[in-house]
Amino acid sequence: MSEEKIKSLEKQFEDRILRDEKIEPKDWMPEKYRQTHIRQISQHAHSEIVGMLPEGNWITRAPSLRRKVALLAKVQDEAGHGLYLYSACETLGISREELYEQLHTGKAKYSSIFNYPTITWADMGAIGWLVDGAAIINQVPLCNTSYGPYARAMVRVCKEESFHQRQGYEIMMTLAKGTPEQKDMAQDALNRWWWPSLMMFGPTDAESVHTAQSMKWKLKRKTNDELRQQFIDQTVPQAELIGLTIPDPDLKWNEERQSYDFGEIDWDEFWQVVKGHGPMNKERMNARVSAWENGAWVRDAAIAYAEKQKEYKSKQAI
Amino acid sequence: MSKNWPLWEIFVRSKNGLEHRHFGSLHAADAEMALENARDVYTRRNEGVSIWVVESKYITASNPEHNGELFEPAQDKVYRHPTFYDIPDEIKHM
Ligand SMILES: [Fe+2]
Ligand SMILES: [Fe+2]
Ligand SMILES: [Fe+2]
Repeated sequence: MSEEKIKSLEKQFEDRILRDEKIEPKDWMPEKYRQTHIRQISQHAHSEIVGMLPEGNWITRAPSLRRKVALLAKVQDEAGHGLYLYSACETLGISREELYEQLHTGKAKYSSIFNYPTITWADMGAIGWLVDGAAIINQVPLCNTSYGPYARAMVRVCKEESFHQRQGYEIMMTLAKGTPEQKDMAQDALNRWWWPSLMMFGPTDAESVHTAQSMKWKLKRKTNDELRQQFIDQTVPQAELIGLTIPDPDLKWNEERQSYDFGEIDWDEFWQVVKGHGPMNKERMNARVSAWENGAWVRDAAIAYAEKQKEYKSKQAI
Repeated sequence: MSKNWPLWEIFVRSKNGLEHRHFGSLHAADAEMALENARDVYTRRNEGVSIWVVESKYITASNPEHNGELFEPAQDKVYRHPTFYDIPDEIKHM
């Protein structure tokens, strides 16, 4: 294709997105659009899959059957989210094997939040309330993103997320009105998860490299800082209502902005965890890779069985 | 290297009276496993009463590059629509 032809196709393409038309898998798209979407959708899928590990840690120790079925259902939903997203990503011409390969070799990233440990039951509350809460804020705008398969996957994901957040908040609420020890446990979980949750919205706008392009393609509708502010404004009253304290001495209502002012985020910590030096990076990857490798014989057996059945059926037909 | 599970397209009927609609895709070793996985992946909240699965390689799709010749001819055939025909205003139910 000549450069001129590509330029005119790119122009038509950008116009389609501007008109709110969706892009579907077989449509022509700029290579950069394809690559950016593969990167973002796969990162999202990997996050859902790795995100099962910190919560899976507590399924066998949930304090009641009610809590156990809820946590199990939530973790199962996250597996489903990963699968919707992997299939959406595959429509861009990358195979599932390549995607797994990228995750397992560390070439692809997943959300850093899952590199923190879940040391008490209250962490199940804090994750549902804060981590799923932040994820919802990040994800709702994606239901309208320009790439059709991604937008459709996100509609399903968003529908399922709200129970996750509510079950988490309910856990926190119950602990907060329990014994002093239980309340301390809830407060401690909030203390540990608050700042990492704020980091889930990514670097500040001044530092964020992809924002302009992502806005154009509707991969983003609001900036990282806007979304982070929205999260803080909606979460602070939820903490107050159950008598927990946000661990930020600089947090203060700003009458003029009608928003909360908040303290400095520790971006060094953020980049450390992104680069692989978080408390659980190694453990998460080991768990993921060994699950994949130890499951190989099951996948092979299933394929062998399917092939035998096919052979058997075609022999019978003769 | 072991063989990979093929890709399947999943169609779900949400309730009787409605058609099966494309819900997404998944990998499975055979049709039976595709059905079982589709049940777990796409109908965890009563989203369906019937599932079809078809291996993706059996679907032939039109090419969007040919959309012009395929779909544009229908645009100037206004006589296929009821509003093309002039009927007196007094006529009801037509
Ligand atoms: Fe999820
Ligand atoms: Fe998510
Ligand atoms: Fe979730």
